[in-house]
Amino acid sequence: MGIPTTSVAARVRHVWRLSERLREKAIEWAIRICGWSAIFFVLAIFFFVFREAAPMLLGGLDFKEFFTSPNWRPTSQVRPEYGILALLVGSLSLAGVAMAVAVPFGLGAAVFISEFCGGKTKETLKIVIELLAAVPSIVWGFVGLFVLAPLIVEWTGAQVGVNLLNAGIVVALMSVPIIVSIGEDALKAVPDSYREAALSLGASRWEIVYRVLFPAAKNGLLAAVLLGVGRAIGETMAVLMCTGHSINIPHSLLDPIRALTATIATELGDTVEGDEHWQALFTIGVVLFTITFVINLTADLVVKGIRSEKSA
Amino acid sequence: MSTVVEPAIPATTQTTMAATTQATNAIETRGLSLWYGDFQALKDVTIDVRPQMITSLIGPSGCGKTTLLRCFNRINERYGNVTTTGEVTILGKNIFDEDVSLSELRRSVGMVFQRPNPLPVSIYRNVLFGIRTHTRWRTFNRAQRDEMVESALRDVQLWGEVKDRLKSKATRLTLEQQQKLCIARLLPLKPRVILMDEPCSALDAEGTERVETLIGELRRTYTIVIVTHNMAQARRVSDECIFMLLGEIIEHSSTSDLFLNPKEEQTEMYIQGRYG
Repeated sequence: MGIPTTSVAARVRHVWRLSERLREKAIEWAIRICGWSAIFFVLAIFFFVFREAAPMLLGGLDFKEFFTSPNWRPTSQVRPEYGILALLVGSLSLAGVAMAVAVPFGLGAAVFISEFCGGKTKETLKIVIELLAAVPSIVWGFVGLFVLAPLIVEWTGAQVGVNLLNAGIVVALMSVPIIVSIGEDALKAVPDSYREAALSLGASRWEIVYRVLFPAAKNGLLAAVLLGVGRAIGETMAVLMCTGHSINIPHSLLDPIRALTATIATELGDTVEGDEHWQALFTIGVVLFTITFVINLTADLVVKGIRSEKSA
Repeated sequence: MSTVVEPAIPATTQTTMAATTQATNAIETRGLSLWYGDFQALKDVTIDVRPQMITSLIGPSGCGKTTLLRCFNRINERYGNVTTTGEVTILGKNIFDEDVSLSELRRSVGMVFQRPNPLPVSIYRNVLFGIRTHTRWRTFNRAQRDEMVESALRDVQLWGEVKDRLKSKATRLTLEQQQKLCIARLLPLKPRVILMDEPCSALDAEGTERVETLIGELRRTYTIVIVTHNMAQARRVSDECIFMLLGEIIEHSSTSDLFLNPKEEQTEMYIQGRYG
């Protein structure tokens, strides 16, 4: 009895082991494909956007005019003009205003959550801030249009409430959650032994923050800010609703502006596929893609900087 | 909790303190108990630590020796759930008094940690970190600061090794150098007491030997309390030895007495390695 059973059992085990090896391989490949697909999709998006823009980019686009002319008149019957300077300045100034508001608030909140509060408060704050990130951008647009705009008119006496300031504040609120969560991670990653070292030398909590934690976490905090900037540049719907959407190089916070993203969003539907206007919008897409790509890459390299320094 | 009268001469200035330290104890605890939440980590601890000596705290893991050490600069209060009763008098002042500034306390009671923890800034700035905290901006000119750094690093025998790279990051040093730096950065503050929590546990045998020699030399200037797991180390470096068990002081005597003629049975069993 003993011998056949073992041999059958051994055979079953053998087959099982073989199939196990196969399954192992299959799972490994599935996971590998998931990983590579991310790269594939990014390349595919870039390829698609670039393909549509290519005829214009490669075929006689006057780059100087494109980047330095503030005249965006794609639908002109006489002579269409494709100058994105005003749009570019609009987007960048929007990001600038948004960051001027979001960075102090975001980093302040990150410091508070990670260093100055504990237990329940900390958990509650983190949840609320994550909720803030979950608010759809169209809802932020409503907030800008119907809450912020009347307030801005009332307080500043501006003609219209939808302008650089309005959009800047709304986009700031949208970037704060990113800055807070990444900033808090960066602060949390600072070893506790640094805090104890500074504390035992007589440093106050605030001193620990700016003399120990900021230098120790500077890369992570910078990455947090850069990702916030990326968010501000890339945001579309709320920006479209709150900027005033008028082509204009802003001279004050209360000037309406127009952003690159919002331009694509509003005009793409009115173009004929493949015509010059269509190509121009895709060229803007390439510009946007390049900006956010560079920002994210910088953020990544900056974060990598922490790791290589730690291992050194 | 305690009825002990403070020493007659209050430690008001450096000169009176210097005069009285020879006579008074550097650290006195009276009926010191400490709880982490519901768990009592120290039970009615009453000890006197004599000045300009090395006192070692020994005992098995979890006996409260590190907790006791961390009472002396009140750094264990950073965990919110700590309750302390009793009195700790350092250089003639109860450190739990209302008017005690934690920053000032930590200036005169320095601490060296188990794992070397230089701050992630340059060697130079590490040495001056404490001074920057305790004095106003530009109290010292550049030459004075340079001199402070040099003398602190010389005192820990690190100057020769690092003098050419004072601006490089302290976290790049070897563990032994890091630990010496952690001692050096206390010195510009002119502390009276230095607390050391297993300062050699991260070092190899040679590093341990050199740091122990250094600790031995610091004894002339500072009162040193050292927590150690290593009985041989306690025997080598300390003048007095305190044996703790389950949050209580079992025996406190000169190191040679404690190791050669322990009075308590528990001490004897511990030093013979029968438990712990």
